[in-house]
Amino acid sequence: MKFDSARELAPAPESKSAATIKPQYELFINGKFEKPASKKYYHTINPATEERISSIAESNQADVDRAVKAARQAYEKTWKKMPGKERAKYIFRIARMVQERAREFSIVETLNGGKPIRESRDFDVPTAANHFFYYAGWADKLEYAFPNRQASPLGVAGQIIPWNFPLLMAAWKIAPALATGNTVVLKPAETTPLTALKLAEIIQEADLPPGVVNIITGAGATGAAIVNHPDVNKIAFTGSTDVGKIIQRAIAGTSKKATLELGGKAANIIFDDAPLDQAVEGVINGIFFNQGHVCCAGSRLYVQESVFDQVLRKLKDRMETLIVGDPMDKNTDIGAINSKAQLDTINKYLKIGLQEGADMYQSSCKLPGKGFFCRPTLFTNVAQSNRITQEEIFGPVLTIQTFRTDDEVIAKANNTPYGLSSGVWTDKGSKIFNLTTKLRSGVVWANTFNKFDPVSPFGGYKESGYGREGGLHGLYAYVNVK
Amino acid sequence: MAKVLTNTKKIQVHLNGNGKEQVPAKRLNVLKTYKMYVGGQFPRSESGRYYPALNKSGVTLANICLGSRKDFRDAMVSARSAFSGWSARTAFNRSQILYRIAEMLEGRRAQFIDELLQQDVPVKQAETEVSLSIDRLVYYSGWCDKYQQIFSSVNPVACSHFNFSVPEPMGVISVVAPQNSGLLGLVSVIAPVIAGGNTCVVLASSEKPMCAVTFGEVLNSSDLPGGVVNILTGKVKELAPYFADHMDVNAALYCEKEEATIRMFKEKSALNVKRIHLYNDINWFSEEGQSPYFIFDFQEIKTTWHPIENIAGAKSGY
Repeated sequence: MKFDSARELAPAPESKSAATIKPQYELFINGKFEKPASKKYYHTINPATEERISSIAESNQADVDRAVKAARQAYEKTWKKMPGKERAKYIFRIARMVQERAREFSIVETLNGGKPIRESRDFDVPTAANHFFYYAGWADKLEYAFPNRQASPLGVAGQIIPWNFPLLMAAWKIAPALATGNTVVLKPAETTPLTALKLAEIIQEADLPPGVVNIITGAGATGAAIVNHPDVNKIAFTGSTDVGKIIQRAIAGTSKKATLELGGKAANIIFDDAPLDQAVEGVINGIFFNQGHVCCAGSRLYVQESVFDQVLRKLKDRMETLIVGDPMDKNTDIGAINSKAQLDTINKYLKIGLQEGADMYQSSCKLPGKGFFCRPTLFTNVAQSNRITQEEIFGPVLTIQTFRTDDEVIAKANNTPYGLSSGVWTDKGSKIFNLTTKLRSGVVWANTFNKFDPVSPFGGYKESGYGREGGLHGLYAYVNVK
Repeated sequence: MAKVLTNTKKIQVHLNGNGKEQVPAKRLNVLKTYKMYVGGQFPRSESGRYYPALNKSGVTLANICLGSRKDFRDAMVSARSAFSGWSARTAFNRSQILYRIAEMLEGRRAQFIDELLQQDVPVKQAETEVSLSIDRLVYYSGWCDKYQQIFSSVNPVACSHFNFSVPEPMGVISVVAPQNSGLLGLVSVIAPVIAGGNTCVVLASSEKPMCAVTFGEVLNSSDLPGGVVNILTGKVKELAPYFADHMDVNAALYCEKEEATIRMFKEKSALNVKRIHLYNDINWFSEEGQSPYFIFDFQEIKTTWHPIENIAGAKSGY
């Protein structure tokens, strides 16, 4: 099919006027924006244009120490003593203020991270606000959450978040920590610090007691300093499995608690009785949402042999219609890859796939001359043992295999060290429950994919990490129960 | 080898083949060989090694298998193969099997008390320990089909989907059992693990290993499928590293306070992101020794989504 002429849409760029980005950002420590002890700054860029958009403070050990001290003091002097209903009102306030400034957050998120404005506007920002709103309400109801037990906060939580959903991950980390009475030192990802710093502005405006939330920027060394700080009681990390393992080792000699949300390699399974058009739409959403920078992305597609040809044709047709380009354009489906480094990683895997003898198909779309972009890609003729089916690529790259029986596909889907999510497409209810109980992953989407909600616990089995975020179960990550 | 058995009963009158009474001056006891319990069988250590279980006065009570790394790996294979069957049993069935274990243990009360006495446990405490062990199994039998309702949730998502979260067993658990209690500690850590549908490889108390072996016999006569519980005997120092670094272990449980071992467990667990639990401050003789939260410690939460068709509203579908 040819879509290139009829589908050409006029540009519909989002205006940047609703947002301001300062030329330089400081560290948010003890309720104030402070210059880094390191005196160092680094540039943060727009990955769609490679233009510098702001200078960001780089924290060193002394900065981390200041932030942890502030958090400790706030914990001991104010936050842990504050009645739950008062804590709740602060968190509700944050939720409301994020809602009020939603458009601004969306624009900044897209400019800094490269994700389509449609996604940051319709998904990231509203879901982040809702997350605060949900956990706010828990703060004075914790005695109902843990039957026959009393919950107490852990203390200072060190939180390290990734670049794929910068504001949303900040909300996932901060909201439950505050609701349960902990204080926070949060480090956003090196490449996407801006929405977290905007959130710091809101936290300041909301008049949260100083030190309850501290937001400090920097790269891996800053994260390591948080993990290794002796006065941190809890580490919450979302990121790669490799770094998760380093953290697990680093805190081995301590009594620090941890929750880890790590990588994934989700199976998405289409049976021959599935509504194929909806399934294909789900597969597209599963792997190309947020350029495939999603730990729970449906990156391994399993199609029942009898419908393979049909599904493959529909997939290719649908891929042709995806609009890749300016993330600020409201029609864009796939925005910019988050960084040069990530684009290199993805391209490395495309090469590996070809070397392994797989057949590669990419949509014929034009890519912008500047910025980091990748065509939506699928591989057929792949084996279970291929690196492209085993390793997390974290980009818009799908592998497709076939299967004949339920047992075969269950075995193949579970044949991975990961266990974050999986998807099943079939019209038969009993088959859904057979699959959803046997797939070893923390989230299973049946006849849908990539759905998230503050009330819905999210987290992995096996090497996808431990602990849950979201819902009632997300509270366990931040309390001792006695 | 001088084995001392305290229950040397009064010599009983026996009949010989001729129907005439025969009264031996002193009957020679049949001594038990203490072997490990792996995959529903009672093998010796593949290593051929043993160590003597001594009482306080230094008398050898029995020769105990000195388990090896290979024994642990064999036990892991059994535990992994038993996992899909055991976790797929209905909760009701698991409940009945745990109750059956309690029944079998009750029937062999005297034997366990005797073994504890041999291992220098005072008589009152030995009786309490066995009674509590039986009661603990009954307690967890009751939880098998109830903890799911306590720890699950239906989540009211803000879109047209049905969404629920349920606990599921983690998989294969490696357990270094409490060392100071030969039976109650062992039962208190095995019961919640298997009540939750997991399988396990357990290292018994090194000092007091006899009840663990005999408990294997109880398990073996309780309808519990072979491989669900595998009990090794041996030295913690030698075997604990394998319990911590084996790549097919989903979670590990360590029950002592030895700092270096705790650190070792946590460090090695990073190899495959094992979950680690430390039960090193729990009085198994008290109420805090039993709780559904011990079951929950070895559960994963799985969240399932499905769309709700909203025909008239035409807003959902898949």
